Amino acid sequence: MATATTGREAPTLQRRLRSLPVLFTALALLVFVFYQFILGGLVQPIQDFFDSWLPLSSLNQCLIWATLAVGLNIVVGYAGLLDLGYVAFWAIGGYVAAWLMSSFFSQWSVNIFGSAPPGLEAGIHINFWLVLPIGAAVCALAGVIIGAPTLRLKSDYLALVTLGFGEIIPEIFRNGEDVNGFNLTNGVKGIDPIDPIPMGPFHLFPGVPANLGPFDNTYKFLVYALLTAVAIFISLRIRVGRLGRAWLAIREDELAASMMGVPLMKTKLAAYAVGAAIGGLGGVAYATLTSGVIPDSFQFANSIILLAMVVLGGMGNVWGVLLGALVLEWVNSTGLQQFGASFNSGFGTDINFPSYNFLIFGVLLIVMMLFRREGLLPEARTRQVLQEPERGELEAVGADLEGTPV
Amino acid sequence: MTATSTAPDAAAPPLSMRADAITIKFGGLTAVRNVNFTIPDQAIVSLIGPNGAGKTTFFNVLTGLYRPTTGRVHLGERDVTGLPPHRIADLGLARTFQNIRLFNLMTAEENVLVAMHSHMKSGVFRTVLKTPAQRREERVGREFARELLEFVGIGKTWDEYARNLSYGDQRRLEVARALALRPKVLLLDEPTAGMNPQESARFVDFVHRVRDEQKISILLIEHDMSVVMRVSERITVLDRGEKIAEGGPSDIRNDQRVVEAYLGKTGTEGYGSDT
Repeated sequence: MATATTGREAPTLQRRLRSLPVLFTALALLVFVFYQFILGGLVQPIQDFFDSWLPLSSLNQCLIWATLAVGLNIVVGYAGLLDLGYVAFWAIGGYVAAWLMSSFFSQWSVNIFGSAPPGLEAGIHINFWLVLPIGAAVCALAGVIIGAPTLRLKSDYLALVTLGFGEIIPEIFRNGEDVNGFNLTNGVKGIDPIDPIPMGPFHLFPGVPANLGPFDNTYKFLVYALLTAVAIFISLRIRVGRLGRAWLAIREDELAASMMGVPLMKTKLAAYAVGAAIGGLGGVAYATLTSGVIPDSFQFANSIILLAMVVLGGMGNVWGVLLGALVLEWVNSTGLQQFGASFNSGFGTDINFPSYNFLIFGVLLIVMMLFRREGLLPEARTRQVLQEPERGELEAVGADLEGTPV
Repeated sequence: MTATSTAPDAAAPPLSMRADAITIKFGGLTAVRNVNFTIPDQAIVSLIGPNGAGKTTFFNVLTGLYRPTTGRVHLGERDVTGLPPHRIADLGLARTFQNIRLFNLMTAEENVLVAMHSHMKSGVFRTVLKTPAQRREERVGREFARELLEFVGIGKTWDEYARNLSYGDQRRLEVARALALRPKVLLLDEPTAGMNPQESARFVDFVHRVRDEQKISILLIEHDMSVVMRVSERITVLDRGEKIAEGGPSDIRNDQRVVEAYLGKTGTEGYGSDT
C-alpha cells in the first residue's frame, strides 16, 4: 500500500494550492502592465471608465484589506478563534511604520537605508523593506502578549475580550501624546508624513522612481500585491503542515486535540501570532499608502468588516477570503459611490449611497447566511458539512452504504 | 489502602501505569475513593462497574482531565499528577473516546498525523520555508500514518474525510490515531459500544494483536461482559467510587461482591444492572 500510493504523496489539491500565490502574482503583474503601459494608449471613454470605477488608489486599498483579511483568516478560519479585535494589529503595524519611517521622533537621528524626503531628515528613518519584518515581529509579539491571557477563554468570551483589546489599542494611540511628558503617538493628530517606499536597486530600471510618492500608484500596486502574495504564500504553506493540522484539529474538537498531544495554548498562540504578524505587514503597508496614521482610522468597524470579508468570502479558504476582501473593499471605497452617482444622475434622485454601506453589508450578510452560508468560495471541508448529509445520518434513515458500489 | 507512601516493590514486574490512592471529590460528593490501580507492562486490563461507579471519572484522572483531590498517578517511572492532558499524552498515554471524537473534517491520514504533533518539530518558519528537515519529517510522518491505517485495516481510506467513514472504520481510525502517539498505554473507552456480537468478537482479536505487535499495555472500560471476560488478563471492579474487586476473569465472575454490585443484593431494589 505504502509503495503503491507514493505517487499520490501530495494530493492534487495541495499542488493546486501551492500555485495559488504564483497565480495571484501573475494576475497582479498583468493588472500592473495594463495600468502602466496599456491604459494610457486606449481611447478616452475607456480611460475615464477605469479612472472612475477602478482607480488604482482603490485597488491599492483593496490589496491592503486583502492582506489583512488573509491574516485574520488564519485566526478565524484556520484555528476557529473568533477575533473581533484584529484592528489592533493593524494599528500597531501602522504605528510601528509611523515611528520608524518619519520625522516624528526628531530628537533622535537614525537612518538605516531610509528614504526621508528632503527637509525631513531628522527622526528615525528605516528602510520600508526592513520595517515590514519589524512591524510583523512587533505585532507577533503583541499577539502573544494579548493572546496569553485571552486565549484561555472559549468562544463567546474570547470574542468579547478580543473586542476589548481591539478598542484598547487604538485608545492607547489616541491618548499617547503625553506619556510622562513623552509624546509617544501625537494623540488624535496622528503621525505624518511617513516616508515613501524606496525602490532600492529597481529604480535603475527606466521609468521606475527611486521613491514611491503619493502619485506612483501603479508601482505601489505592485508592492502591495507582492505583500498580499506573501500573506497568501505563508498561510497556504502553514496550512498543510504540522501547525495547520493542529489548528484544524482544535477547530474541530479541542478536547480530542489536547488528548492527542496538541498543546492548546501554544498552538492557539501560534495562530494568533502568525495572524498578527500578517496584520502587521498590512498595517505597515497601510501607513505608507495613506502616508500617515491617525487613531481614528483604526475603528471597531474595521474589525467587523474584515470579519465579514472572511465570512462572505469563505472561511478557511484563502481564495475565497481574497475575493471577499477585494469585492467588499471595492464596493466600500469606490463601487457604491460610483453606483450612487450613476443612479442619481439616471433617475434624478439625490441618495447618498455610501452612507448606506453598513445597511447594504448587513443585508448582504443576511442573504448570504440564508442562501450560501459557506461563503462565496468555501473551503472544501466546510462545504462538506453544510451541503452533504453525514454518513451516519444517511445510515440512520436506512441507506445501505456498504452495499452501494462506489 | 495505607500504602500510599511506600515505594513500589523492587522485585515487582515493571508497571506501565500506576495510580496510588486516588480520591476525587466534586464539592461534597466523593466520586472516587482511595483507589489503587496498576497496569503491568504489556498487559490487557479492564475497568468495569455499574453505571455511576466512577469509571469515567477515574479514566479522566489518568488522562489528566481531572486532577485528583489526593493521590498520585505515575506513567512509567514518571509522576504525571496534575500535568495537562497534552503532556500526559506526549509522555505515552493515548486514548479513544466512548462517543467517537474524530476530527471529522480531516482525512483519515490527517487525523493520524495530528496525533504525531508532539513527535514532530517543524514550526512556523520551517514550514513556511519548507526546509529539507521539514519535508523529511512530513514524509516520514505520512508513511507512519499509512502504516498505522494499514495496521488497523483501513489503509485504503486514507484520504477520506473521517466523517464519511463507516462506524466501524471510525472506531478503527480512533485506534490508529491513538497509536500514532506511540503510547506506552492505550486506554479504550467502551470500544465495542454499538458493535454487534461478530464485530465484538473480531475486536477481541484485534486488541490482542495491538498489544502483541505494538508492545503496549491496554486498559479498557467496557460494558460488554463477554468481551471483558475474553480479552482481559486482569479486571478491576469499581462500585460507588470504590474498588471492590480485582483479579483474573474467573475470580471476578465468582466474586460475591461483584455479583451483588451488578445485580443487587437479594431483597435490595436499586441501581445498576446495566450489563
